[in-house]
Amino acid sequence: MTIAVEFANVSRHFGTVRAVDGVDLTIAEGSFFAMLGPSGSGKTTCLRLISGFEKPTGGQIRIFGEDVSETPPHLRNVNTVFQDYALFPHLNVRDNVAYGLMVKGMGRAARYRKAEEMLALVKLDGYGDRKPAQLSGGQRQRVALARALVNEPRVLLLDEPLGALDLKLREAMQDELKALQHKLGLTFVFVTHDQHEALSMADSLAVFNEGRIAQIGTPQDIYDRPATRFVADFVGSSNVLPPDLTRALGGPAEWASLRPEATRLAPTGPVSGTVIALRYLGSGTRVVIDAGGTEVAALVPAGQPVPAEGATTAIAFEPSALHLMGTT
Amino acid sequence: MTARAILPAKGAADHLTGTFWRRPQLLLLLLITPPLLWLGVVYLGSLAALLLQSFYSIDEFSGVVKEEFTLKTYAELFRAQNLDIIIRTVVMATAVTLACAILAFPIAYYAARYAKGPWKAAFYLGVMLPLWSSYLVKVYAWKLILAKEGILGWAAEGTGTGFIITGILSIPGMEGSSLSTSPFGTFLVFVYIWLPYMILPMQAALERVPNSMLEASADLGATRSQTFRTVILPLALPGVIAGSIFTFSLTLGDYIIPQIVGDSSRFIGLTVYQLQGTAGNTPLAAAFAVVPILIMLVYLALAKRAGAFDAL
Repeated sequence: MTIAVEFANVSRHFGTVRAVDGVDLTIAEGSFFAMLGPSGSGKTTCLRLISGFEKPTGGQIRIFGEDVSETPPHLRNVNTVFQDYALFPHLNVRDNVAYGLMVKGMGRAARYRKAEEMLALVKLDGYGDRKPAQLSGGQRQRVALARALVNEPRVLLLDEPLGALDLKLREAMQDELKALQHKLGLTFVFVTHDQHEALSMADSLAVFNEGRIAQIGTPQDIYDRPATRFVADFVGSSNVLPPDLTRALGGPAEWASLRPEATRLAPTGPVSGTVIALRYLGSGTRVVIDAGGTEVAALVPAGQPVPAEGATTAIAFEPSALHLMGTT
Repeated sequence: MTARAILPAKGAADHLTGTFWRRPQLLLLLLITPPLLWLGVVYLGSLAALLLQSFYSIDEFSGVVKEEFTLKTYAELFRAQNLDIIIRTVVMATAVTLACAILAFPIAYYAARYAKGPWKAAFYLGVMLPLWSSYLVKVYAWKLILAKEGILGWAAEGTGTGFIITGILSIPGMEGSSLSTSPFGTFLVFVYIWLPYMILPMQAALERVPNSMLEASADLGATRSQTFRTVILPLALPGVIAGSIFTFSLTLGDYIIPQIVGDSSRFIGLTVYQLQGTAGNTPLAAAFAVVPILIMLVYLALAKRAGAFDAL
């Protein structure tokens, strides 16, 4: 396995703010890697460290084995799809896509031919003459993608690329990005705050919290076996049970996570309390009960009876569903 | 008691707001009528009167304005001495505009991209402060600075750089006994006086270029100078054009600076001032006044064709 991007104890401090703090990370070539975290967790700064718009205050970044500490952005063979797309408003779509080739000195005919190829790849054939202002959000996103890919980068960086799109378009673009990545066999590094997006698209992902990586692994690892309370809570809104409750349920005195979908409602069970909130999700209903001061949620699949708010009910689950996360 | 769905109107302001809500055009009409009257009647009206005057001519013997349409007055503009004035003014305005643009860009760029908080305030203050003092005071101050015994000559002598001033004064067309009597002095004062009018629109235009645009350019492999030429300049161009309209047209019309600093050669503004005043030749004054308007129209048409407003 070739390593595309490697962080060795990388930090980026802004004065006293530790945006990125001692991050170690390896991204395999050809993988779809997601950086997931809430805003301000350091994921975007990490992406900007790879593209070169931020310089590390400590540690070393290597791209395909080469130390890039002294390499300016324009000499790095990586390209970025920006969050706001950053299309040049004074250039038409074709010139936007051909921009990278133009600044490298490629002739007009050759670069336009390649730009058209790229536009075809993102299904925007025939849009070359339009200005970015004449395109929809989804189309602009595709132009930004084509403009980044035309340079044939070794790593493609995507900064919340789907954030500005509506749900339907976002889901369609998720599938397309994934298909495109497979087709090109390129390394994609993707920043998002949306756990569903990260889980469904990435081969592996890093969960960021306060400038550090809380956990790194495959989507299954992260979802089924969260390493910390933060990961359990942030990825998939799991129940986080305090040590005394875990012990009351027959486990050791450790923090534990319990997925709502691994539970069912029962007349009696190890966790019981009053229903304090109901949230209808379409595919089911999330029922939150107050179990002696701890809120515990269960997912009731559609079609099954749902208790009324204020009713008393219990939550049952298989002992194996309880995932232990240590004492801290 | 339950609250009513419609709250009672409490006074005239509530009624007025309601009226405006029901008839939005009414508010618009009230707001734009005074400025429209001002612009339409006072300004455009005088412009029309000016145009009309320029098609009249003056009786050479009696000095009376003949109110008959003729192009004779315009033909007079092409007399050697008048053409000379026009060319001198246009060359000066062009030089002043170019110098202002070159000087203003780094200042505007710094203010737009790097200056934050107190530095931004210092920038605005620094650019605007000269506009607060009287125009005449500044021009006379410059006359003293540039005079033979002035501070510039004194400093040049002290540092042994007097040869630069002598060198400038020996360039054909720049001759004078000192900078304050040389056309180069006129140029310097024009650049100083109009510089804020170039910096401010430029800074506003640069402020609107998002940082991600510059990052995208670098990300795609562009060097700093390529980014400047292909992204920053085209996007800032509307601001540069706006600024150049100010510096260009202000120089075209100014009649005070050439009287105080320089070799007293005539510019359009000064000529208009003299023709409509002492000479009483209003038609020729009007014809001269039309020249800057035509030049500006041509300039704007060229700028538009060059795509200067595409980024708007």
